[in-house]
Amino acid sequence: MYNPFSLEGKTILVTGASSGIGRAIAFETSKLGARLIITGRDRERLEKTFDSLNGQGHDRILADLTIDRDLDNLISGIPQLDGLVYSAGITNPVPFQYVTKEKLDKIFNLNFTSAAILTQKLLQKKLIKREASIVFISSVSGIFCSSPGGSIYSATKGAINGLVKGMAIDLSQRLIRVNSVCPGMVETNIYGGGQITEEQLEEDKKRYPLKRYGKPEEIAFAVIYLLSDASKWVTGSNLLIDGGYTLL
Amino acid sequence: MEPQKFVENFAAQFEESDPSSFSPETKFRDLEDWSSFAALSIIAMVDEIYNIKITGDDIRKSNTVKEIFNIVESKMK
Repeated sequence: MYNPFSLEGKTILVTGASSGIGRAIAFETSKLGARLIITGRDRERLEKTFDSLNGQGHDRILADLTIDRDLDNLISGIPQLDGLVYSAGITNPVPFQYVTKEKLDKIFNLNFTSAAILTQKLLQKKLIKREASIVFISSVSGIFCSSPGGSIYSATKGAINGLVKGMAIDLSQRLIRVNSVCPGMVETNIYGGGQITEEQLEEDKKRYPLKRYGKPEEIAFAVIYLLSDASKWVTGSNLLIDGGYTLL
Repeated sequence: MEPQKFVENFAAQFEESDPSSFSPETKFRDLEDWSSFAALSIIAMVDEIYNIKITGDDIRKSNTVKEIFNIVESKMK
């Protein structure tokens, strides 16, 4: 059957796969034939994602990417990859006046540094194949806009934006493509910390021209495009998926 | 935790309202400069000064400064 977005025969690593967008990416890519290595911090939720996967030959490795030992353990279990998706990310909405180095470090370490270092280590070990595709889950925040209390989170996503462009140049020698997707607010548990109330989120939804937040699979579909051979000439790009949020 | 000091810390999150006008009975929701950002600031202040995590829902359910104080105090136990 004709399908330019097929992931048949591709081995793909997905971080942050125990919840939210990462879980949807794992599930949807498995349905298109990918063999997956999924990682996340929460054993129970990672197993739940693992059990949902379509097809055979997948693997899951429990890891907190900000812990060196976990990172090394993860790398030791990874085969040669055709695709990498960095979906591990957190936020902690806090007014800038209350930003501390500790808060900055915690969010940067996971959202930015761990993905950069993991890629570097995988390249060094020659675990990223020629013509592979690397996809970062960025955000509208930090690229196009921000939000109250969102300065640190936005900064990590802005940093990813720069990383993507620089990596795309350097890795083009091996024809490895590096791109990001920039979602607006998606229905996940990222605000599970409780700083933002349901009422505030309901109010915020009304600001989207398409009248709602995104669904995790709607981000996964864009990631599928970037992982597939359909995007072989696409590198260094930010794909905006925001229900029209940044138009206004 | 000293109630008067808490009221002062609470008042410090507001840009317009006169800090001396705050008391435990102040209905913060009725203040001109009440906003969702003020709520975020109060959550951050309580975390930084008292090392206690309160939520947006805790604030939503409360009307007076005293009620927030009570929530913080109950979470300290």
